Amino acid sequence: MEPTKKQQLSVAACQIRQGIIEGVFNAKSGHPGGSLSIADLLAYLYFAEMNVDPADPKKADRDRLVLSKGHAAPALYAALAYRGFFPVEDLKTLRKTDSYLQGHPNMNSVPGVDMSTGSLGQGVSAAAGLALASKRLNDAFRVYAILGDGELEEGQVWEAAMFSGSKKLDMLTVFVDYNNLQIDGSLADVNSPEPIDEKFAAFGFHVITIDGHDFDAIEAAVGEAKSVKGQPTAVIMKTVKGKGVSFMENQVGWHGSAPNADQYNEAMRELDARLAGLKG
Amino acid sequence: MADVIKTATRDAYGKALVELGQTDDKLIVLDADLAAATKTGIFKKANPDRFVDCGIAEANMIGVAAGLASAGFTVFASSFAMFAAGRAFEQIRNSLGYPHINVKIGATHAGISVGEDGASHQCCEDIGLMRTIPGMTILNPADDIEARLAVFAAAKATGPVYMRFGRLAVPRVFDDSYRFEIGKGVYLNRGADVTIIATGLLVERAIAAVELLKAQGISAALINMATIKPIDRDIIMDAAKTTGCIVTAEEHNIIGGLGSAVAEVTAECCPVPVLRVGVQDVFGRSGPALELLEKFGLNAENIAAKAKAAIALKK
Repeated sequence: MEPTKKQQLSVAACQIRQGIIEGVFNAKSGHPGGSLSIADLLAYLYFAEMNVDPADPKKADRDRLVLSKGHAAPALYAALAYRGFFPVEDLKTLRKTDSYLQGHPNMNSVPGVDMSTGSLGQGVSAAAGLALASKRLNDAFRVYAILGDGELEEGQVWEAAMFSGSKKLDMLTVFVDYNNLQIDGSLADVNSPEPIDEKFAAFGFHVITIDGHDFDAIEAAVGEAKSVKGQPTAVIMKTVKGKGVSFMENQVGWHGSAPNADQYNEAMRELDARLAGLKG
Repeated sequence: MADVIKTATRDAYGKALVELGQTDDKLIVLDADLAAATKTGIFKKANPDRFVDCGIAEANMIGVAAGLASAGFTVFASSFAMFAAGRAFEQIRNSLGYPHINVKIGATHAGISVGEDGASHQCCEDIGLMRTIPGMTILNPADDIEARLAVFAAAKATGPVYMRFGRLAVPRVFDDSYRFEIGKGVYLNRGADVTIIATGLLVERAIAAVELLKAQGISAALINMATIKPIDRDIIMDAAKTTGCIVTAEEHNIIGGLGSAVAEVTAECCPVPVLRVGVQDVFGRSGPALELLEKFGLNAENIAAKAKAAIALKK
């Protein structure tokens, strides 16, 4: 990847992380850990890959993103805001009573959201339906679904995986945010869905395992997925829950709790410093 | 009458889909390995390229339907009522209802007239489940004529629609002049003493009940209520005001179905006695469909008896 492109994506990812902290802090609730872990992926998809137009968010041939792990809405909203779909300032209204930024994504109220999600396991089926639609429209658009690793415990994920493999939905790319933590603890402590790669492969997916915080790896995986015909692709992204805010990293407690004022300031200072470094 | 035409509403559903497919090239029909039984197989035969079998995975089917519809397709998704409204309730609620997505659910084999398969397959809770989802439209046609028109109306409607069809061949009630409109009940008979409000296969039985009552000097009005949601409040209030008591008749649990919907309206707007003919909060059982309908009191005699009881409750 070109150094300038990588620098731009690093800036976008850092801004998305600030948007996440801003939203969750102002809401006094929400899910920062699993939002921070997909910030780099969202930066790549929305700032370097997807065919989307903030001026025409419903255009028919746009690429679709389905956030099946809908609780990472703060990350999606931040990505959309910094991409120009709505004012960044509005991120502060996350989860407020009269805000359009609902706790989980709503396709009818938030510009750029392609599918309402939040109940785990359901988004990936909708993504499969979208990929089927794309097939019928002569591969009009690509479909990206982002799943949590804990979400893989939902049976519907595997119904959708069976369907996608069986119907050869090669316009579909599923990303698994493999940060190894869910609300009640580590995957192994709760109900391990591993081996994740072998399961997707068994359901007919082309499987790629990458570092989910490495833009070169993300770019290569997306490019590889686009070249695969007759199979959907699963990208297993090894990630760090809470990535980018040191005190939140790998701490299960930050799955679903908001920072207090001191923690907010500490997180923003760290992200500001990184941003300053990136902008040189 | 030997010359009465008998058709299951599921057959009318399958044929209506074929008709729809002739004019709507965006129509896609999904099923969950029950195409032969739900009669989407008729559509599949005519349009194999526009039929998608999702296999025995109803939850995923509803999500796939949501994705297809969000990209502009007209989607009908079918299974038995038990596995559509029951198994996939939360998917219908969150993937179709909340985003108000344009998917039409064709749920067949509703009620105890499923027959020999027994309680595990006899869904008498689906209307109640679907009725609690904001923005859901629920259609429960009485015969093949009405079923066909309900399918066309559902295709034109905005948002999710739950259509309830039966397995059992039922006598034709309407003729080709019948007009169907979502949200409108229809008087099939005017009367003074009591109003029977019936839906689905109980309509034909309610017509017989009107005759039984007439022979006993009782003037019963009869309303066909094919749309359970949005319920026709005006016609219910009219019935309450003109006859002063109501009997509802449905092949569904008396909790949550037509009887509940009617009682909710009368309780708020025009309190009158409302007695409910339906499955009395019990599970079904195996047996021939017609025998089961008798055993569970879903017949003209019981409707007539309840009508007389309702009249007795009037002040």
